[in-house]
Amino acid sequence: MTSYFPPRASIRGILGLLATFPGPGRTAEPETIVLASTTSLQDSGLLAHILQLFTRETEIEVHVVAQGTGQALATASHGDADLVLVHDPDAEATFMAAGHGLTRTEIAWNDFIVVGPNDDPARIAGTQDAVAAFTAIAIARAPFVSRGDKSGTDALEKRLWRAAGLDPVTIGSGWYRDIGGGMGAALNAAAAMEAYTLSDRGTWLSFGNKAGMKIVLAGDCRLLNRYDVIQLDPRRHPEAKQAPADRLATWLGAPEGQAAIGQYMVGGNPLFHPEADPKTCNGTVTRGLRTP
Amino acid sequence: MSDLFDAARDAIGLVFGLDAGLLRVIALSLGISLTATAAATAIGLPIGAALSIFRFRGRSLLILLANALLGLPPVVVGLALYIVLSRSGPFGFLGILFTPAAMIIAQFLLALPIVAALGHRAMESVWRDYGDDLLVSGASRRQAIPHVLSIGRRGAMTASLAGFGRSISEVGAILIVGGNIAGYTRTMTTTIVLETSKGNLAFALALGVVLIAISVLVSACAFAITATPRRSRLPEAA
Repeated sequence: MTSYFPPRASIRGILGLLATFPGPGRTAEPETIVLASTTSLQDSGLLAHILQLFTRETEIEVHVVAQGTGQALATASHGDADLVLVHDPDAEATFMAAGHGLTRTEIAWNDFIVVGPNDDPARIAGTQDAVAAFTAIAIARAPFVSRGDKSGTDALEKRLWRAAGLDPVTIGSGWYRDIGGGMGAALNAAAAMEAYTLSDRGTWLSFGNKAGMKIVLAGDCRLLNRYDVIQLDPRRHPEAKQAPADRLATWLGAPEGQAAIGQYMVGGNPLFHPEADPKTCNGTVTRGLRTP
Repeated sequence: MSDLFDAARDAIGLVFGLDAGLLRVIALSLGISLTATAAATAIGLPIGAALSIFRFRGRSLLILLANALLGLPPVVVGLALYIVLSRSGPFGFLGILFTPAAMIIAQFLLALPIVAALGHRAMESVWRDYGDDLLVSGASRRQAIPHVLSIGRRGAMTASLAGFGRSISEVGAILIVGGNIAGYTRTMTTTIVLETSKGNLAFALALGVVLIAISVLVSACAFAITATPRRSRLPEAA
């Protein structure tokens, strides 16, 4: 026989490698579900921590696809996820109204913060009014990094600008910088440009490149950040793995899941509150989320 | 500068520490990219050889197409594949979105035009030099394909390695169709993107150094395999 390229031994080796891959028909393997979730829950390490406990208890593997809330909801509406865990009340309401979701349950919360350069050119450190702070940033024409990716954080940022009666896209030439990226990318950009940005507290606390930046504003009730788990409607999404997805949704709201969320720490700081923790802001307890 | 220093130190620690999580990521990266490259080689090289051996209408168009697709943007391939493989897309019934299988398909599509175009370029000169001899010795044009590839195996290897280089280094397509799922579809490049977004810049760069080292190692192995042993068969094929 003539020699072919590549040598047969290497072809056999490569085919051997191929055979080790989990293919589409994964019936013999442990049950897996796809959870469409947000970058903040993944980048902060929360999901890795709590899902490992869930998998140990139930032998259900959870594949987390971490996207901005807008994209995560789109993924689920295309039928490519079994369960959703996101944080944009308005987008979630639209998703529910379109008939994709069956139930929507709050399972955790924390808060958003405004971070900025240490020298704080807009002089907002120590204040507690997020809308006033955004106005001050616009007046000072201080650099501001926007996610611009339709994530939950991006949606809140846009709501705060609207509440301030400002449209940064028209007035923000030169200082309002839409980077079209995730929270981490936005924080990296803000650190490099000495800019302000809106961040969820979890991503900020676990972020490793804080060079020259600090929290300049926190505690406004409009900055409360709630995470909801949404179970998909089986009539609309018959291909979603309903039973294991229900187990995860139930577990997240049950005492074990809630305890796991509350006990997750980075550097001694708890990043997320279980749903039942009273929400405090402006020094008082508030009953729920107020959107500006 | 200190970041670069930290990165170098972290890279050495990573390689010699043989961290289990990292090994899994490396194995997955290599597995996906080698599989995609093997498939692109198995199909692309015969196409490249055929384009240099056969004369038919539309041949120039195919050559032009293969060369034009050298610059296929990974993110566009990823997006198109995402739409096709989505549950709401035509191939949704396969259920392979967010699995390694989807990533292999994406990298295969990116590597195929590279292997075919560079393979064609390499086999063209082989056919010019040996084509007449092969035909005179009684081989049909179809039978000549493996002979031509065997004679030009160094050029073929370069084409294949270029395809591998594209596969192992790209991130745009696999991030979209793989979903960067920890322990399942997270490769070297998607880990680097993730660690960068977590602000762990030195660690991300260290992973980059490891990735480059692996890529060099694979190329070296490939050259070692094709280097000398079958040189003696050249006259037989000719």
